[in-house]
Parts: sequence; structure tokens; C-alpha cells
Amino acid sequence: MINFQHGDSLNNLAAAVEQIARDHMRPFTRAVDEKEHELNPDSYINTMYEVLKMTGGAMNSPVMGAKEGGEKKRRTGNITSVVFIEKMAWGDCGMYLATPMPLLGGAAVGSAGTPEQKQKFLARFREGKPKWAAMAITEPGMGSDSGAVTTTATLEGDEWVINGEKIFVTAGKRAVEDSEGFVVVWASVDRKAGRAGIKAFLVDHHTPGMKVAKLEHKHGIRCSDTAVLVFENCRIPKENLLGSADVKPTGDSKGFKGAMATFDATRPPVAASAVGVGRAAAEYTSEYLAKQGVAPRYGIGRNKLTAVEKDLMMMEAKVKASWLLTLKAAWMSDIGEPNNLEASICKCKSGRDMVWVCQKAVELLGSEGYSRKHLVEKWMRDSKIGDIYEGTQQIQKLVVARRIFGYSREQLA
Amino acid sequence: MFDLEPSEDQKLMVQTARELAKNEMDPAAHDADEAAKLPADFLKKSWELGLACAAIPEKYNGASMERSAVTGAMILEELGAGDLSMAIAMLAPSLVAYPVLDYGTDLQKEIVLRACTGSEFPKLTAALMEPVYDFDPTALRTTAIRSGTNYVLNGVKTLVPNGSTADSFLVYARVGGTGFDNVQAFFVQRTVPGVTVSEKEKNMGINALDTVTLTLENVGVAPDTRVGGAKGIDFERIMSYSRVAQSALALGVARKAYEHSVTYAMERKTWGQPIATRQAIAFMIADMRIELDAARLLVWEAAWHLDKGRKATKESYLAKMVVDEMVLKVTDDSVMVMGGHGFIRENPVERWLRNGRGFATFDGLAMV
Repeated sequence: MINFQHGDSLNNLAAAVEQIARDHMRPFTRAVDEKEHELNPDSYINTMYEVLKMTGGAMNSPVMGAKEGGEKKRRTGNITSVVFIEKMAWGDCGMYLATPMPLLGGAAVGSAGTPEQKQKFLARFREGKPKWAAMAITEPGMGSDSGAVTTTATLEGDEWVINGEKIFVTAGKRAVEDSEGFVVVWASVDRKAGRAGIKAFLVDHHTPGMKVAKLEHKHGIRCSDTAVLVFENCRIPKENLLGSADVKPTGDSKGFKGAMATFDATRPPVAASAVGVGRAAAEYTSEYLAKQGVAPRYGIGRNKLTAVEKDLMMMEAKVKASWLLTLKAAWMSDIGEPNNLEASICKCKSGRDMVWVCQKAVELLGSEGYSRKHLVEKWMRDSKIGDIYEGTQQIQKLVVARRIFGYSREQLA
Repeated sequence: MFDLEPSEDQKLMVQTARELAKNEMDPAAHDADEAAKLPADFLKKSWELGLACAAIPEKYNGASMERSAVTGAMILEELGAGDLSMAIAMLAPSLVAYPVLDYGTDLQKEIVLRACTGSEFPKLTAALMEPVYDFDPTALRTTAIRSGTNYVLNGVKTLVPNGSTADSFLVYARVGGTGFDNVQAFFVQRTVPGVTVSEKEKNMGINALDTVTLTLENVGVAPDTRVGGAKGIDFERIMSYSRVAQSALALGVARKAYEHSVTYAMERKTWGQPIATRQAIAFMIADMRIELDAARLLVWEAAWHLDKGRKATKESYLAKMVVDEMVLKVTDDSVMVMGGHGFIRENPVERWLRNGRGFATFDGLAMV
């Protein structure tokens, strides 16, 4: 039965998250942007960690959409997660990314981890001080072609020895240096085996041989630490391998596919973070222009609209369309339907269109929009990451097209 | 709880509409467009299926289906994918039936709803659009001025579907200042003095659809021709229904063009490989799909608001705005995917582009 309304319990929780975004994020949003890595949004982090512990980590990690015993069973984790994230990103996207939670690393453990691994690495997020988890895939020489990983993991006795350099690790420093968190590192156990040789490894905080070499200075989401992690003979227990150790010479191994499948669950949350930024900019612009006497005339003949009215309406429509696509992809996960196509659709559309929305916001405020007095210029910078991380708009289109045509990555690259 | 799964009833009606589209509409669309005429028996055949006006209650001999804009949107998407001319033609009676169902007096319901549940295709249609660049339903040029107990109508209407054969027109006219509240609907018989019906209009697309220009010069009508009598209509809500309906038809046109592009791109080869393996084409088609899916959700959401009893003015307006842009882009891209072949009238894509362009200019041509 078609229904665009959430249940009361989700609406209540969402209202609480909105309150946090309003009270603990927005007031600091300019300062954390200007001070970049110097200023930790501590009050926010501590508040959020207590909330997350209390709610049992409702948004700690997206839930994978596997069917349980062949039965379609409606779950709510994915929708809950995107609803929360959208509201937090509305507060401040950088602070959302600095939220003490398992993020992508947690999603990987949640989807591919053994019960022991889940206990060891996820249980800690329900106790003690704030913690983070990170995902380390990208390297200086590779981006979305995840199969081209050059970092290696060699088994020596009961330990894996990791060597290599990872870049663009979101919350990397917070996960491995500032807290008792962990990082999921993608490394090859057999370079000759290509993608089949790539495995994901759980590396705990403060493991000797791992160091944070640098924090990036970024266009937007500045208070989120984007780290370079270097691994030099970094030794981890054998059981910290995520997924199977098999290297099958033909086709993908389960480990790689499992890790890639993580993205089906994490793309909607990333889309949600983009939508939150876009909505913030669209709402601010509407309110700002309303004070100047601009009131969009919904319903009248379209050729009577002013250019500004049309832009405002299109901003609103694009925010809503992106959001509905995001909810759809999350809903599919919740009912146990494969959503590879829909996850990429919502990420592509949200990432791209929210950049447009935020750029429009700067334009519509005139010279004021370009001023750092207002947040729209910040949102424009923050929005751009939504078009990039977790796979650029172009990578999403590749995924969408492959799904449409039923092509493999070899057929359409 | 958020849910996008259609009900069993909805699936059934979608299936009926899809079969009509596949068996009767799509195969006949090219010839109908060239001949600028509907297939001879189309209106009769489609009328028998009862897809239009399905929500008329049993009391009037109707099918008594639940009145749902969401269900309507699903059905109209299928019909739009069949053929736009045929879809608008077969749905025209609902342009009259639904406003009467929602706002009509008992007598109006008795007459109109019974006519819309008979075995014959009803010769009823509605006239809203006007031949001006800035057509605005909240500021119609057509007026209905009170004169004694009667109303006197003056104005020009265009794109009136099935106009050549219609006996009765539901004419929307302004009874006061601007705004939705000042618009009312009046039944005008074709034979009344002052009514002039043009020859069939020649348009860029929807060629098989019979549309006319209706000119009203000092046409006097009695008060009981006004829908709902003194209480009148909620025109704002009627427009929301209509905008959802038109948007749904556009989704169908765009979906058909998208599906055609997918099939063609996988068959057509350049340098030994299907053009679907080229990013230039693959990305274009991915974008078609992305924008189509996005637009559909906006349409469904607007429809859902209507089903919840809300006016949905903003939602339906924004949905239509997005859909109108989307259908043009998707049909235009479907021509590009075929290259020169797309420009040849033997291939359907150029027809879809001509039909798709129309949506931005259409208002009030369909109803759910």
C-alpha cells in the first residue's frame, strides 16, 4: 500500500535528532568550518555519543538487505538510518561525519563480519567514551577502481602483516588515534589474483605499524578529519580478516563482493547526507527571500513565474525528488529486495542535484550569498563532497547503466 | 510506514491498462498519428474496459472502485506508454465525470454519471486552456458574468479533446477576480447560440487526438448548468488532480522512450560493439532512468496527498514542473540515441518527442 508517511515512533525519534541538529550542530557550524582541524566539536560529540548509546545505536550501521530464510520481512533500520542522517547533515555535514559511530567501517563488519568480530568491534560503541570506525580503501594511485589496491597483507604465522598507504580515510584519525575505534583496511593477499585477492582487514586503534601521516585540508566538510594512513609492517591477528580467505582465480571472491555489497547499504545514507545539506540551503534561501518579499506562486500559469520563483521551486522539487529516491532505496533494503540499482540512482541524483541546489542558493542571495556572513557558501562547499565520495556521480552512472543493460564491469567500464 | 508496494487491486488495474497499451495502443500509434485519426474502434474497445471513470459509485451503475489519485497515476502511466493521443481521448469523459462526482448537484450527478457508465462512449468533454502564451488557470480570460438569473459566457478555449464530436462541454470560466476561488465550471451545449466549434486543430503532436478551439460569444446559460450549483467547485483541487493525471501520462511517454532506447542501444553496434557499451550512450540512458524514477515518486507523492484529502497544490505543481522537463529531455535523448534513424518517422521516438514537448504547455487535459 503506497504510503509516504513514516510511523509515529520514527517521527518522534526524528524530531529528537532534529533538536540535536538545531541545538548542538547549527550554532557551531561556522566555527568548525573556519577552524578546520583545530576545533573539535566536543559538546556535539559527547552529546551524540550518549544519545547513540541510549538508542542502542539505531543509526550505527545500515542493515544489509538479505532475505531472512527466504521470507520477506519488513525491517526499519535502513529508513531510520537515512532519516537520522538527513537531519544531522542538515545541522552540519562535517559534524555528522565526525559523529562517534561505526560509519562505513561498522557497515562492513555488520554485513560481512562473524558473530565474534561483531562482538569484538561493534559492542564497544555501546559503552565508554566516544569512538569512531573508518574505512580505508582509496590509495594515492586508485579511487573507484577498488580492484587496483596495492596495499598488501601477508600471512606470517598467526598474523597478517599490512604494508601500504591509504588516503581519504574519513574519521581516520579519530578512529585510530583519538579513540578506541578501528579501521577496515582493504589490502591484497595476492597481487596476481587481481580483485579476487583483495580482502578487508580489521585494524584496531593504536596498532603499532599504523600511523596517521597527514590530515587533508578540504573544500568543505572541514571539521571531518580526512586522514592519510600509512601501514609499515603493521601486524594484526589472523582472525581480523573480514570474510573468507579464499582466493579464487576465476571470478570474484566472496570477500571482495561482500565488501562491494556494503556500498549498496551505504550509498543511501550518503545520499541522505547530501539531501540534508541541500535542504538546509533550500530552506535558508526560501526564508531569506521571503523576508525580501519573494513568495513563490504555486499553481499559477508557469509562464507568469519570475526566474527567481522558478529557481526556488526547482530547488524545492529537486530536494524532494532526491529524498524520495533515497527513501525508496532504503525501503528496498528494509523489505529485503536487492537495491544495487536504486542505491546508485539515489546517490547519483542527490549528489549531483544538491550541488546544483546549493550553487543556486549562493546565486539567489546575490552578493550576500557569496559572503561568509551566511551559510549558503559553506553549504555549497559541503554539498560538493556528496557528488564525490562513496563513488562519484559518474561511477554511479556506470553502476546504473550496467544494471540496466545487465552488463559486467568488463562490458561497460 | 513508508511503503511503495502497490496494492493487489492496483496491480490488477495496471495490468489491464498495460495490456490495452501493448495490444491496442502502441501497435496502432504510428498509423493513427500519420492519419491524424484514432483507430476506428478504439474508443469503443477501451471504453468497455472501464478504466476511465472507474470510481463512479454503484448507485449510478458505476464500477465503484476506490477514488484514488495514486491508482489513477499508475493506470495513466501505462496508457501514456501506449499512446498519448489515444489515452487523452479515452479519458476525456473523466474530465467531466470526476468534477461532477466530487461537486455536482444530485441532478447533475444523475445525468452525467449515468452517461459515463453506459455502454456508449460519452460525448462529454471539458474546456480549460486558452490560446495565450501566459495561460493561467488562476486568471482565466474566459468569463461568466451574472445577468439576471443566468450567466453569460465569453472567451476562447483551445485544445479541447474530442471536441469535434462532443455534445456538451464543461467550460471553466472566471466569475470574479483572480485566484482559484473565482473559477467555476458550466455545462455548455454545442447547439447553444454563440458557441462556435472549430475544425480539428492541427498540432505538433498528439495528431490522432481530435482537439478543437471553442469560441463563446455572449453564451447565456442557466444557473443549473453551473457544477455544484451555488456552492460550486473546488477548482484548486480539480487542478491538482489534473496535474497529477497529466504528469502520469508524461511518465508513460518517457518510460516508453527510455525502454526503446535501452533495447536499441543493446542491438545497434558501432565498431563491432553495442553502443550501450559506450559511456556516451550508457550515461545518457542511465540519466533517463534516474530522472524517470525521481519524477515518478514526485507524482505518486502528490497523488498520495490528494488521496489523504489534501489540496496538494504545491506538490502537484512541482511534480508537473519536474515531469514536463524530464519528459522533454528523455524523449529528446531517445532521438539522439538513435541518431539519424531517430529523425525518421518510421521510428516512434520522434513522435514521442513531439508528444513529450506538449506537456509543458498542457493543463487540464486529463483527470484522475
